[in-house]
Amino acid sequence: MAVDIDLEHVARLARLALTEEEKARFGPQLEVILEHARTVGEVAATSHPVPRANVYRPDEPRPCLTQEEALANAPDPFEGRFRVPRIVEEE
Amino acid sequence: MADDRPFSDHPGHELAEALRRGDVTATEILESALRRIDEVDGSVRAYLRVTADQGRAQAAAVDRRLRAGDDLPGVAGIPIALKDLFCTKGITTTAGSKILEPYVPPYDCTPWARLSAAGAVLTGKTNCDEFAMGSSNENSAYGPVHNPWRLSAVPGGSSGGSAAAVACGEAVWALGSDTGGSVRQPAALCGVVGLKPTYGRISRYGLIAFASSLDHVGTFARSVRDTATLLSAIAGHDPMDATSLPDPSRDYRVGLEAGVDGLRVGVVEDWLSMEGTEPGVRDAFQAGLAALERLGATIVPVKLPHADYALSAYYLIAPAEASSNLARYDGVRYGLREAGSGSVTEMNTRTRGAGFGDEVKRRIILGTYALSAGYYDAYYGQAQKVRTLVIRDFEQAFMEADVIAAPTSPTTAFEIGERVDDPLAMYLSDVFTIPADLAGIPAISIPCGLDAKGLPVGFQLMGKLLDEPTVLRTAHALEAELAFADRPALVSSGS
Repeated sequence: MAVDIDLEHVARLARLALTEEEKARFGPQLEVILEHARTVGEVAATSHPVPRANVYRPDEPRPCLTQEEALANAPDPFEGRFRVPRIVEEE
Repeated sequence: MADDRPFSDHPGHELAEALRRGDVTATEILESALRRIDEVDGSVRAYLRVTADQGRAQAAAVDRRLRAGDDLPGVAGIPIALKDLFCTKGITTTAGSKILEPYVPPYDCTPWARLSAAGAVLTGKTNCDEFAMGSSNENSAYGPVHNPWRLSAVPGGSSGGSAAAVACGEAVWALGSDTGGSVRQPAALCGVVGLKPTYGRISRYGLIAFASSLDHVGTFARSVRDTATLLSAIAGHDPMDATSLPDPSRDYRVGLEAGVDGLRVGVVEDWLSMEGTEPGVRDAFQAGLAALERLGATIVPVKLPHADYALSAYYLIAPAEASSNLARYDGVRYGLREAGSGSVTEMNTRTRGAGFGDEVKRRIILGTYALSAGYYDAYYGQAQKVRTLVIRDFEQAFMEADVIAAPTSPTTAFEIGERVDDPLAMYLSDVFTIPADLAGIPAISIPCGLDAKGLPVGFQLMGKLLDEPTVLRTAHALEAELAFADRPALVSSGS
């Protein structure tokens, strides 16, 4: 059974701009990989190779990055914040 | 020193002894590594950044402390390279990607914090596949690394720069990360020792994430003894990594000499007849098994019936987790931002389109698809079930065997460019290493000979969860029996 992957839809979900050339190249490659991946029966799923649950550490204040350090790598810091293009559309 | 080779070509434990005797200084050891980098890195390209200034300051500090009579740990004064996936405070870190450019971490990863506190000396940050996705180092945004044994061939990946640097004495030791074989496979292709310990044994705090349920920190060295020393220095619980195991660490050098008499070594016979396994790999592996038998070990056949599906499961789980982990590269908090976008969504989308390379895009798409509504159960859910089956297979096999042996990779180093357009062929490079990542069990690769082309072959040993001591003891005995002493012609000519 051939695997059908809607590249446009998936790229939109991943917020990933793809060129026409990339779409043409990735489509068939991804189908081959997905074909190879379609196998298996019913068993319990493993999400973590060494089972651990409810890992806590003491809830104590500790030194952390300063605001300046946290912003040092930001592409567009502004008055102590991360500035981004408009999120809410104008009326 | 026992001979007049440059210091950085010597084993770390010999350097440590010479340092304490006062026969050599940490500064002299570092300078020998920096000289080697000058000589060969123009053709090998193992490093993205050489940190000579930081290294010199660290080496000088070690020398001062030794002169003052301080008792320093075994890693003090040893030049170590870090894969550029480890965050280093104040030192640019790229993960082999353009999307992080420019990124200067404001903190140190735990493995390096521990090493530097113990007096280790940083040589630099090594080249790797972008976000550790690859088996050849060709997916680095900064160009490929060349295998020191044959410059036209790949060093393996994704930790190719770390493996190549150790192979040619550009560092004595190095750290890498292993998600599907990214320490053991390049170790095999470059003829050095690569260890991936139990999942959670070494903290990943500050290791840039690829696939969180599979990512392991691993080590590169030129001997098993040095591997044990390096592991002892960085293993152990870290409250900053919730997946870090609470079990106490230990001195992994203890018991290394105990031998393998009576040890049961499991061999997966199906793997030896697997299509695509080169005769040269099979022969060197068989010679390794014969060596273990001479030492008193018993070879027993074991089965891992679901290992055939492990590769498929891996290539769903790893991309799925990567698609989630890499969502953070959105042009907001660090790294690249494509300017001139009208909305934040457009800015995110264009930034990611411009910043990620081919393989990363392929895996983000694959992972997003595998996690998307309507496909989750069929792909990600199924893959997690395969993972359970692989773990059960190992549990069964370890009832009959104390360790399991296999080739590390089905082939020796392949040519640069040979597999770039065939992702599935590239993925098959990891067919023998992926099962140990899925199961989280410790596994090591040591060199066991050369093929007809003169390229090194890796011998892999896998053990039970947290049974690093048996894996290391077996590898140490095999290493001594095989006495593999070849070095790449690039650095051995004239010596």
